[in-house]
Amino acid sequence: MKKAARQLLFYLFLLLVWQLLFQRKLWPPYLFPSPTMVGEALWQGFSDRTFLVGVTISMRRIALGYGFAVVLGVVLGFLIAASDFLEATVGGLVLSLQSLPSICWLPLAILWFGLSERAILFVVVMGSLLSVTINTEVGVRHVPKLYRMAGRNLGARGFGVFAHVLFPASLPHLVVGLKQGWAFAWRSLISGEMIFVSLGLGHLLMVGRDLNDMSQVIAVMIVIMALGQLVDQLIFRGVESRIRNRWGLAREV
Amino acid sequence: MSTIWARERAESHPKEQPKLHLKHVTRLFQTPNGPLTALDDISLNVAEGEFLCLVGPSGCGKSTLLNLMAGLDRPTEGEIWKDGERLDGPATDHIMIFQELGLFPWLTVRENVEFGLRMRGVAKPERQARAREYLRLVHLSHFERSYIHQLSGGMKQRVALARALATDPAVLLMDEPFAALDAQTRDRLHEELERIWTETRKTIVFVTHNVREAVRLGDRVVVLTFRPGRIKTALTVKLPRPRHLEDPHLALVARDLLVQLKEEISRSAKEEYRDEESG
Ligand SMILES: Nc1ncnc2c1ncn2[C@@H]1O[C@H](COP(=O)(O)OP(=O)(O)OP(=O)(O)O)[C@@H](O)[C@H]1O
Ligand SMILES: [Mg+2]
Repeated sequence: MKKAARQLLFYLFLLLVWQLLFQRKLWPPYLFPSPTMVGEALWQGFSDRTFLVGVTISMRRIALGYGFAVVLGVVLGFLIAASDFLEATVGGLVLSLQSLPSICWLPLAILWFGLSERAILFVVVMGSLLSVTINTEVGVRHVPKLYRMAGRNLGARGFGVFAHVLFPASLPHLVVGLKQGWAFAWRSLISGEMIFVSLGLGHLLMVGRDLNDMSQVIAVMIVIMALGQLVDQLIFRGVESRIRNRWGLAREV
Repeated sequence: MSTIWARERAESHPKEQPKLHLKHVTRLFQTPNGPLTALDDISLNVAEGEFLCLVGPSGCGKSTLLNLMAGLDRPTEGEIWKDGERLDGPATDHIMIFQELGLFPWLTVRENVEFGLRMRGVAKPERQARAREYLRLVHLSHFERSYIHQLSGGMKQRVALARALATDPAVLLMDEPFAALDAQTRDRLHEELERIWTETRKTIVFVTHNVREAVRLGDRVVVLTFRPGRIKTALTVKLPRPRHLEDPHLALVARDLLVQLKEEISRSAKEEYRDEESG
């Protein structure tokens, strides 16, 4: 509770600074709107439902793209960890691909899929797939040999070793990968949506720019941040703290 | 009564096919300092229903030997046979209590005990009941929902014992399973283990540093040498059961063994010292 109060105070302080800066009239209001103007834009956006439509469309895209990346990434991560051959070949490729910012995939996506839904999904998948894969692989490699031996000794074989030992044992790492993958997916999605008329939140940002409406741009940015945070808090924090409690790992402060 | 039974067993032993038969088993490990002979030419029979104790200085290859007997590791040379068949891959009815236990942190205490049964496809109600039964045996009923990190060292050892027993293995391989227990708990678990062994005729291979514990429990005590691990002595303990740790006869047998063990321990200490000097 104390933490929440402190956070609230901090954000109020930020708003205050913002308001004061606005009142100094350093920049014209259409370039540097006041908190109230942004608040109005937020209200406006939600009451005429454009933001709601944007949020829905973006969330649907990310659910698809991220979901696909998670399934593929986890499978790929396990395969790479299981095979020295794949590790030497695909593993190295995955590492070097990760240095590419996901937006680099956009030209390729547009050439392959045109200005379409699939192009955006492709960028989202490429943005998050690699960090899920890498963290899964690291997670599996970090599973103590003892667990594997104990599992086999108690009768786990083949896929059972994977399902009952390797997978649960690598969860702490896996969740880090999922969380990181989520952040990457969200960023990739917004960048992808900024490129063409796509109706998502990223597109709303561009609409704001085209209308020279800084309040709307900032309002959409706030929505994007809030959604990213919300999912992080609601889903990943909970999962992470459950895992930490089970394993008896130190609590994250 | 138990005395007579123990004698019967000792007599019937040569006729039976050994439960475990180790034939010139050698295990080399590749290390940064070159190959290390952990075990060298070990030949050993473990009779069906025998309680065999292994003692030896730290690093002499006791855990390595148990891993081999569980089929979790392969000998570099030599062969291991179980029930007249060549052991090749993990043996499902040779259950190990690992020195570091290897309890699963993502499962509750009860789920850990259930694990082996789950792998054998035992239905949930039955395996829960079995797990509870064994948790009661090790006096951990109240902790069935706890996670492993919430237990003390001794409690963890008891969970590992319950997990191993729950699968009702033919061979129980125990790697210093009672090292972290207080004297009372250890006494009680000695009795409990002896009772289970008497009732179920399991074959048990029990590793310990504690010579008295070995004499308290074993039909036979094998002392291993230090680097390379070879069999130094094998002694049949003829004391009647039930035995007591404080029994002066037991202490006498243990003293003989301790002399043997101490030779090896001091040899191992010298070797470490020499390694430090040269390295
Ligand atoms: N996987 C491995 N790789 C390399 N060397 C190993 C490996 N496992 C064991 N050794 C070496 O083999 C020797 C025997 O090890 P082992 O664990 O069997 O000893 P131990 O008798 O169980 O000792 P302790 O009583 O301390 O548990 C040691 O010198 C150890 O360094
Ligand atoms: Mg050991």
